[in-house]
This record gives sequence, C-alpha cells and structure tokens, in this order.
Amino acid sequence: MGQTFAQKVLARAAGVRSVVPGQIVTVRPDHLLTHDNTSAIVGKIEKDLEKHGVVSTEMSIIVLDHVVPAVDEKTATGHRKVRDFVAKYGIEHFYDVGVGVCHQVVVEKGLALPGRVLVGSDSHTCAYGAVNAFATGIDRTEAAALLLTGETWLRVPPTIKITLQGALKSPVSAKDLVLKIIGDLGADGANYDAVEYHGDVASLSVDDRFVVANMGIEMGAKIAVFPFDAVTEKYLAAAGVPRTAYEPVWADADAEYKSEHTYNLAAIEPMIALPHKVDNVKRVKDAAGIEIQQALLGTCTNGRLSDLRAAAAVLDGRKVDPRVRLLVLPASREILEAALADGTLAKLVRAGGVVLPVGCGPCLGAHQGILAPGERCISTSNRNFKGRMGCKDSEIYLASPETVAASALKGVVTDPRG
Amino acid sequence: MRVWKYGDDVNTDMLFPGKYTYTCATADEIKPHLLEDLDPEFAGKVQAGDIVMAGKNFGCGSSREQPALGLRAVGIEAVIAGSFARIFYRAAINQGLVLVECPEAVAAFRPGDDVTLDLAGGKILVAGKAYGFPPLPAQILAIRDAGGLLPYARAKLEKGK
Repeated sequence: MGQTFAQKVLARAAGVRSVVPGQIVTVRPDHLLTHDNTSAIVGKIEKDLEKHGVVSTEMSIIVLDHVVPAVDEKTATGHRKVRDFVAKYGIEHFYDVGVGVCHQVVVEKGLALPGRVLVGSDSHTCAYGAVNAFATGIDRTEAAALLLTGETWLRVPPTIKITLQGALKSPVSAKDLVLKIIGDLGADGANYDAVEYHGDVASLSVDDRFVVANMGIEMGAKIAVFPFDAVTEKYLAAAGVPRTAYEPVWADADAEYKSEHTYNLAAIEPMIALPHKVDNVKRVKDAAGIEIQQALLGTCTNGRLSDLRAAAAVLDGRKVDPRVRLLVLPASREILEAALADGTLAKLVRAGGVVLPVGCGPCLGAHQGILAPGERCISTSNRNFKGRMGCKDSEIYLASPETVAASALKGVVTDPRG
Repeated sequence: MRVWKYGDDVNTDMLFPGKYTYTCATADEIKPHLLEDLDPEFAGKVQAGDIVMAGKNFGCGSSREQPALGLRAVGIEAVIAGSFARIFYRAAINQGLVLVECPEAVAAFRPGDDVTLDLAGGKILVAGKAYGFPPLPAQILAIRDAGGLLPYARAKLEKGK
C-alpha cells in the first residue's frame, strides 16, 4: 500500500521508516512561527528561559503583524517584549512591524520549503502547503514548550484527495474554488485530516495555491497541500532558494484516502460565504444586491500582487460607490513595493481605496476598519465569524478580489462577470 | 452543577472575541470575556464543576488558546461535544482541560437532565443512562495528567539534564 504526503513527511520528521494514520509521532519541526503573541508565549516561560535558554535560535520565526503599528500602550509594550526576547536570545528570523503578514513573510523569505515541517501559533499556518510544506497551527502553550524543547507530538492524519480538472475561467479565481470546496465539505469536513490537491494544479499559480491552502483550516484541515512542480520551483528560485535546498515529497499513486472528490475548474462560478460561517457558501449571483458599507481587499488570504492587480483591473479609472469604504491591505512590503512600481496601487487609490499598513489589519477586529452595528463588509479575508471584525452586530461576506472590487463599485454584492 | 448547552460549530470568536486577543492573556483577564458573543450570561454565572456541552466542531477557527485556558480557570469539569476542532483539542490538552467526544450523550441531553462524568470509567451518565467514550492515547493523557503541556515539558527538561 502506498503512502500519503502526510505519512511520508511525518515518518521522515519522526525518524521512523513508516507511519499509519492515527499513529502519534514525536517530531522536531523545522520551524516554529509566532507573531505578536510571542510576548504572551514567552511570558509563560520566562523562568524556564532563564534556566534553559531557547532550544534553537534558528527554528523560531517571529513576525510582528497582528496589531501593527501598535494601537495602544499595551500592544506597544507587547511588541517591545518581543524585540527584547529576540535580542536577548539571538533569534535569527525576526521581522518587525511593516515587513508583512506572517504567512506571506515566511514564504517570501524562503523559510517554508517543500517537504519541511512547520508549526505556527496561528491557524492559517496551513497556507505553506501551497509550496509543498507540511504546515499546521498550534496554540500558544505548545509554542512555548517548543521554544524550550524543540519537539512536539502530531497525530498522523487520514487524507482527503481533491482532484482538480481543467482551468478556472477569469474573473473566477482561486477564492471561488476554495469557497466552493468548503461549502461542499463543510466547516468540519476535513477536521483532523490532511487535504491533498491533485490533478491540473499547474494551471494555478503559487498565489492561487496560497489562497486554497490558507483556507484549509476553514474546513478543519490539519494541512492542505499541493505537489511540488515547475511552478513551485520557479517561485522559490525567485525568492532566492536554490533547488538543492529542499527535498519535495508527494503521495504514492496507490496511497489510501479517506475520501476523494473531483472539481471541474471551468464550471466554478463566483462564490461568496454569507454570515456567520465560512461554509455558508452561495453563488455570488444568488446574493447579488445586498448592500455593503465596507470592502476589504488583501490579508494573508488574498493580499498578494496578483490579487491587487485583479481588483485594480476592475476598478481602473472608476470610483467606488460613495457609500463604501474600500480598504487595501497588501500582505507584505515586497508586495506593496511591487504594487507601487507597476501602478496597481495608484489605480486602487484613485478609485477611492484607503491603503492600510501591511499586516493583519481589520481581519481579526483588533483595530483599523472596525464595523459598526448593522454594517456589512465584503472581504477577501478568510473568516466571517460573528464579531470577527470587532462588532458582533455586523456582518462579513467572504469573496474573491474580483467580486470585492465589483461590489465596491456598486455598493452592493455584485457578480464580477457583470 | 449546571450544564451549559450550545450548538454546532461554536468558533473561537464566540468563545473569546478576537478583539481581546492581544490585550488579555492571563486567566483573570480572560474570564470576564469568556463566551461573550455567544452567551452573555456565561461569564457572570459559571461555577466550578459546571459542564459545557455542544454539538460538532467545537472550538473551530483561530489558534486562540484563551477559551481553553479560561474554561479551565473557571473550573469547567469538562467540555462534552459531538466533536472538537483540532487546534482547540490540542489547546485543551495543553491546558489540562478535560474534553470528551461523545455525540450520543450530546444528542440525548435535554435541558434539566443530570449529567455525571466518570472519566476513569470512560462513560457519561445523562439522566441516568450511560454513554461510553474511548480513552485518550497514553501519550496525550500523560500531558493532560501532568496538568498541561508546560509542567510536562518542564519535567522532561529536568529529566534530560
């Protein structure tokens, strides 16, 4: 019997010949990601750190991105504690305010590589499956223990195989695909499971794969992973990572799957997740006409250059509806610079866009773009839970950059196909 | 003892709103906001020994440990649910919070029913009727029984020296 991606990677990480789904293994992850929550994490183990130090200065990746720049004295103090920790223990991979959203930064800096195991104290760590990494979210306490010991336990997940056929038809994009999948499988449809994407993945750019992998957690997945191919290799080479630096892993043709699903990409339509669950998915045309007051373009899900460009193409030379606040949130400084250089940002700003500092922004409701009771936001982010954008009496609708831009122009939910 | 019963897909924003994530980390900071957007009564009335019962996919969403830390801190005896989202499941073990996956017990429960948990015996009594659940794997029990992951890791570090 062949092995799945998860079986192969975890066997290697655990230093054993083979593993089976359900088995619990002890692994030493290649990297541990933490962000603003590093201050709370280190706060748990101050005395232990004094005594034992960190197990590795190279394992830890820290990105300040969640509430940046600091919104008040408390968050500022948290950031300062993180910087003090980084300096005191010589943490190698530290990215301060303004570099980007952690999930974008980890990949841009070449730290998430094919076949590697990464864990992060953020649920969207699963995004690195886009580049064939085994990446999953953990909690703060586990991150604290990892800083000290460098190891943790993982249960080998069963795997769901999703085969993609054909190619998406513009203006349909990767967000529509993943919303369709989550709507079909449900918010817990992949709970504890690995999700492997097979088939015509070559038609999806790495940016597209990020969108799909990022939202794996919205159906409960432990990991969501794409195969390594020429598209991945080119992307990593552009990030400065030579092919010799990593060893891709993929499932055997006769691997055993918990379930299998097939999607015809050409048949995917613009999709939208209605409040307050990510699996409450409808076709955009069936939700058309709902009034919106805010439109959020960006985040770790859809804040890459191709996303900004797709929205700019819709908005170019036009103005957003005066009832709508369009917020633009590039996922990193590199993306912001590229969008400045190629004129994308100018198009978005001229259309009425308000550019936010690179980071998580309004997505988690801690600052910037909080909603008022009764307001609705259409967003390219990944969660529409009640209260997510800071107000429990507001509503969040999740859609693609194309749909968000088209809706911002009209002031109502609008199908980007017109 | 009171049973707090909720539905499916109770997410981390309902258990502990994201807006407090970077300002509340200790048990005392977390307690007043527990379940704030799901059940405004909970934080004020919950008592040690109470049970939280819910449908499937409890704790889905963010890798936010405040719900697990907070529920343990207020003395919740156990969360009994149809199923748990995996990051919450890990967070609970790491905090030493008892989780029991038992959809049959959840389905059988009616408001006012007595619920008794027999953790060692692997069963829940709902209105006198027993529902079994499988034991946790030994490696995971060892973490929970140490009082959570940090006490467990500390003991391991000391042993290694």
